[in-house]
Amino acid sequence: MIRQVNQIAAYFEVYPEQRAEEGVRGHIQKFMAPTLRQQLLDYVAEGGEGLDPLVLKAARSIEVKTD
Amino acid sequence: MATVQPIDYGTPERHSDKQITLEVDGRSVTVPEGTSVMRAAILSGAEVPKLCATDSLEPFGSCRLCLVEIEGKRGYPASCTTLVAEGMKVHTQSDKLGQLRRGVVELYLTDHAGSSRAEPEGSGDDDLLRYARELGVDKVRYPTNSSRDHQDAEIDASNPYFEFDATRCIVCSRCVRACDETQGTFALTVDGRGFASMISAGTDSNDFLSSECVSCGACVQACPTEALIEKDVVTKGLPDRIEKTTCAYCGVGCSFDAEMKGGEVIRMVPSKEGKANHGHSCVKGRFAWGYTHHPDRITSPMVRESIYEPWREVGWDEAINFAVERFQSIRERYGRNGLGAITSSRCTNEETYLMQKFARAVFGTNNVDTCARVCHSPTGYGMGSTFGTSAGTQNFDSVEDADVILVIGSNPTDAHPVFASQMKRRLRQGAHLIVADPRAIDLVRSPHIEADYHLQLKPGTNVALINAIAHTILSEGLEDRAFIESRCDIDEYDAWYDFILREENSPEAMAQYTGVPAWKMRAAARLYATGGNGAIYYGLGVTEHSQGSVMVMGMANLCMATGNIGRPGVGLNPMRGQNNVQGSCDMGSFPHEYPGYRHLSTDSVRKIYEKEWDVKLDNEPGFRIPNMIDAATEGEFKGLYIQGEDILQSDPNIKHIAAGLDAMECVVIQDIFLNETASYAHVFLPGSTFLEKDGTFTNAERRINRVRRIQTAPGGYADWEITQMMAQAMGYPMNYSHASEIMDEIARTTPTFAGVSFSKIDALGSVQWPCNDEHPEGTPVMHADTFVRGKGKFMLTPYFATEERANRKFPLLLTTGRILSQYNVGAQTRRTANRHWHDEDVLEIHPSDAETRGITNGTRVAVASRMGETTLHAQVSERMTPGVVYTTFHFPETAANVVTTEFTDWATDCPEYKVTAVEVTPSHTLSEWQKRYMDQRELQQRIADDAQSVRAPETVAADINTEDAE
Repeated sequence: MIRQVNQIAAYFEVYPEQRAEEGVRGHIQKFMAPTLRQQLLDYVAEGGEGLDPLVLKAARSIEVKTD
Repeated sequence: MATVQPIDYGTPERHSDKQITLEVDGRSVTVPEGTSVMRAAILSGAEVPKLCATDSLEPFGSCRLCLVEIEGKRGYPASCTTLVAEGMKVHTQSDKLGQLRRGVVELYLTDHAGSSRAEPEGSGDDDLLRYARELGVDKVRYPTNSSRDHQDAEIDASNPYFEFDATRCIVCSRCVRACDETQGTFALTVDGRGFASMISAGTDSNDFLSSECVSCGACVQACPTEALIEKDVVTKGLPDRIEKTTCAYCGVGCSFDAEMKGGEVIRMVPSKEGKANHGHSCVKGRFAWGYTHHPDRITSPMVRESIYEPWREVGWDEAINFAVERFQSIRERYGRNGLGAITSSRCTNEETYLMQKFARAVFGTNNVDTCARVCHSPTGYGMGSTFGTSAGTQNFDSVEDADVILVIGSNPTDAHPVFASQMKRRLRQGAHLIVADPRAIDLVRSPHIEADYHLQLKPGTNVALINAIAHTILSEGLEDRAFIESRCDIDEYDAWYDFILREENSPEAMAQYTGVPAWKMRAAARLYATGGNGAIYYGLGVTEHSQGSVMVMGMANLCMATGNIGRPGVGLNPMRGQNNVQGSCDMGSFPHEYPGYRHLSTDSVRKIYEKEWDVKLDNEPGFRIPNMIDAATEGEFKGLYIQGEDILQSDPNIKHIAAGLDAMECVVIQDIFLNETASYAHVFLPGSTFLEKDGTFTNAERRINRVRRIQTAPGGYADWEITQMMAQAMGYPMNYSHASEIMDEIARTTPTFAGVSFSKIDALGSVQWPCNDEHPEGTPVMHADTFVRGKGKFMLTPYFATEERANRKFPLLLTTGRILSQYNVGAQTRRTANRHWHDEDVLEIHPSDAETRGITNGTRVAVASRMGETTLHAQVSERMTPGVVYTTFHFPETAANVVTTEFTDWATDCPEYKVTAVEVTPSHTLSEWQKRYMDQRELQQRIADDAQSVRAPETVAADINTEDAE
């Protein structure tokens, strides 16, 4: 997962910062299942070692609905 | 030839603004200027005998049977080569014409066997014999059995599907011309002169099988006698009726007339009125359908408690209840997201729609995915981002208006042969060709065709190439400003303009990555931008990369920047691998969207389905296939219902797939054969082939074609009926009585399909979506006035090298692909006589790479990557560039996907099949994985009371013998 979200960030980094952050957030929100998003947020909460800074920024606004 | 065909007008249709009116046998007829007298006469209702003429080929004027009288003209001109003129008066019947025609027929009969093989008492499939009867030629006055005739010739039965019998050949050249004009292979010729002349396959042994013939069958279809005839027609007799259907192989989606005798298919003849194929087909569609009767077909549902037990044949109720009890138990213990489903591009739209409905409405999960995950999912993302929807922009006929054809990562002559023939015809007419491919595919240089530029790039550098091309176009001012300003989002364009013009994107900078000289990339860019209508055709060589989606966006940018979109002759065309990839994607098979590419978080869309299906639906995306497998290995995903897919062979990192399947409690496989994935299944439900069900397929040009049930599935049910039984057993009311009712539901709920119905398709032959009130008869070319998303959106396309790198340990790059005679995982074609052409996967390797490793043609080699190792035989080939090796994945024993990596496209998880760093070394034995695999498969595919596996021995790769296995 770390590699995958970092690749997403690597793509969007070509855009200006705000759009890049929204791009990463939007992609993860739109395509990743809630359990995977929760795993990402849990990992971020543990420090998020190895995650691209853009992912860490985007993660602040990623939402996970509880069932 | 085809006996149950519609009228043959003798010469091709012509198009002209000027109409010509003439009189034939006293009847007035009006036709376009340039039409032959023969065609006009037949259109008027007259009968004109002909042997060398057929309406799929240009007129030849050799047989002299079609002579007519034209008032004011001397003699008896051949109607096939005489063009109509205003006021012309033609007579097709007279005593003199009858006399001349009888003479012609009599002369032909001097070197003809004189009887039909298909119908000994009649004229069979032989027009010469039919004309002899009709004209009253009952004896031949001239000497026969001369030393110069061919009546002692032996039948060439070398081809598994058809025969050539020179004793019935009249050397009309229809077969030669069909090979040239229709197929574009130029394999046949006329050998010798005068009376001795005869059709030749042009090899030393002069047999069809060893020649360049690709067995498309166009020659057989064109032959007016029984000189070329299908073996099945000889042995089973002539068909007497047709049922129209659609091929179940590649994304061209050829229309076929299934010619039947009683309840049995005798032969498949491509439909002349088929709008995707115009009467042409390939070896797979025309001939390789025998798998539908293969003894490997599973005819009864089967269950087992564990995958290490033999299968137990049971009735339908028991099998379905077994599956349902397990699924319900899993849902109670793990929740609805412990379950999922996989749809198939080999199934119909209706079946695919029903599978995703089953997952969402019955399981209650969005964990549904499809095999397009591993092929064209980047097309969905890339075209959706830029144009607004995921679909090829053109119809196939658009290629006839193309001036520059850019083929990227696609091998049409092998993977989409019927469209390739159409493309090659346009290229022979003078269109320019640019090929971007690591391999010298056939299209690079074939008879009368040579690519202007072959950009032999290194695997994994597509985006570098497309950026270099775009850089050239912008830096040299070759863009179409008017189109950009009127049709595209100008802010996005400006951002892209600044990005592309960075020095890092110049051909000179990118050459180090692509391996293609900068001048060549610049020249190709200039040709595409300035050569007239530029059309891009691409395949899995684009999508199956870690930057697959970025590359699709890069090509879309190029179309918009040059104005090559929105009219015939241009566009961006994904060549879909399987028959219904487009349809399976259209039908909402992806875990994040409903049919019609609408995200499931859109409340208004979700409400449509909640109302239609009468359930509350989840608005969050579900698992993709790799997520399902990962979750299974983590113990969180336990039940999977798979229809028509074989993920254990087709998906990357087979070991991981196997581990995931092994960890599940209930895997249900619905398929026609006990496939590789079935080794890990608990329930097997016997499915149906394309000949055994009603429905529709959607081809690569968005054309929705009908599939018709013409025989009964051995298991008794069409696949949609099985899914319906599953739903009912799960307690969900599902009560369709015919596949058409499913399409009606699709139309009710999907705006782009709003005007689609079986009755409309039956009336029009086929229809291309969008089909709705705005486009009641469909849409051949998309984005004509505006893009689906409104303004076209340029997306930035930064190039990143793949993480999969060659190094000293793994110095070569492996890329994978397909071959003409086999199809996808081979489940169908391996069970046909197509094995004659390809009975094992081989490794293509450049001579220099082979020499340094002590490898020659036929050497068994081990191919090792960071992920695993397999073995296969080597084929030394200059088609490869040094440093790159290639193989196909048609045989499970080859296990190409043991070697491929887990790297995927960042946007879609599409695997990077096209780039794997490997080392290749001579080997004397199978890999450990292959040995284990064969042992395990035998164990896991046993059926109770059967000592052996149900798989026929010939379906196992020919090279795996006892000696190898030891």
